Amino acid sequence: MKSLLALLKDYWSVLRRPSVHYSLGFLTLGGFIAGVIFWGGFNTALEATNTEKFCTSCHEMRDNVFVELQETIHYTNRSGVRATCPDCHVPHEWTHKIARKMQASKEVWGKLFGTISTRDKFLGMRRELAEHEWARLKANDSRECRNCHNFEFMDFTRQGKRAANMHSTSLASGQATCIDCHKGIAHKLPDMSGVKGW
Amino acid sequence: MNYRVLSLLAVLLVWLPMAFAAEPGYPLDAPAPDGRRVGGTLTQELPAPPIAEDENKDLKRERNYPEQPPTIPHSIRGYGIDMNSNKCLTCHSRANSARTQAPMISITHYMDRDGQALAAVSPRRYFCNQCHVPQKDVKPLVNNSFKNIDQVLQDEINRQPKP
Repeated sequence: MKSLLALLKDYWSVLRRPSVHYSLGFLTLGGFIAGVIFWGGFNTALEATNTEKFCTSCHEMRDNVFVELQETIHYTNRSGVRATCPDCHVPHEWTHKIARKMQASKEVWGKLFGTISTRDKFLGMRRELAEHEWARLKANDSRECRNCHNFEFMDFTRQGKRAANMHSTSLASGQATCIDCHKGIAHKLPDMSGVKGW
Repeated sequence: MNYRVLSLLAVLLVWLPMAFAAEPGYPLDAPAPDGRRVGGTLTQELPAPPIAEDENKDLKRERNYPEQPPTIPHSIRGYGIDMNSNKCLTCHSRANSARTQAPMISITHYMDRDGQALAAVSPRRYFCNQCHVPQKDVKPLVNNSFKNIDQVLQDEINRQPKP
């Protein structure tokens, strides 16, 4: 403990000592450039892991959930807009995104140890994994849905009667949020016994 | 004798394939029956007609006879029915129909084949779209002369000689 403290003290004194060999200009400019490179690299890496291509580069995603997405309206539709994996599963705002990305380190762990490396393992965990996403979307008032589907912009006259009825009551009053009714909108559902509303 | 049989055989061998190779007495590329896709011939492949949209008016349709499974008056795109979940029942089950004001599935769906009441939907009634299907607003492909019972009875009355 004592030696560790001594080591830390040494480092601290080095950090505190003014530079002998490098000019202030070099250090500030160099620091700035290094910062830009670091930040740019960080963001590039972050964005690279935020693509459909990256998500489906693992067989766990490609062979299970991605196949199911392909049948749905969020994958292909009349106007050619696609919601890719991160559009729904990673928040768009920076702080929330970083928080989710840190959580995702657990997914790296799962990948390394093959938590869902086979179809059977995946089906076995499906309810738990789905519940994580339901809980996340319930807690943040379906924020990822609302990135595209804004309640304010909804035209009830263009909706089906039943849809308009539900949206203008439960959703409008905030009693319910998107995920309460729209579970399994992009993927097949797990065993739904005991889930409210199912 | 033997020589004559052989020569006859030889003639037959030459003539038969020629006879079959000749044009048959009917056109090979006959016009196709004007059923689902009007026009064209048997060997032609016409483009498929566009898929019509499901009717989505939420208005109950008349049944042609009392036992007819009611048709679905709304779109059911993406509604899953499998071992894990049944999207139809999230509105039409006994427990959910009050909340959604959707018609509850009939009592027969909560019975086994001997008419004994069950607590939940009978497995043999679980797959809704075996009997209930959405409709499309299209011209019928094949005409039919179905009459419902009211029309049949009315026709019967009309046919009787008036006193």
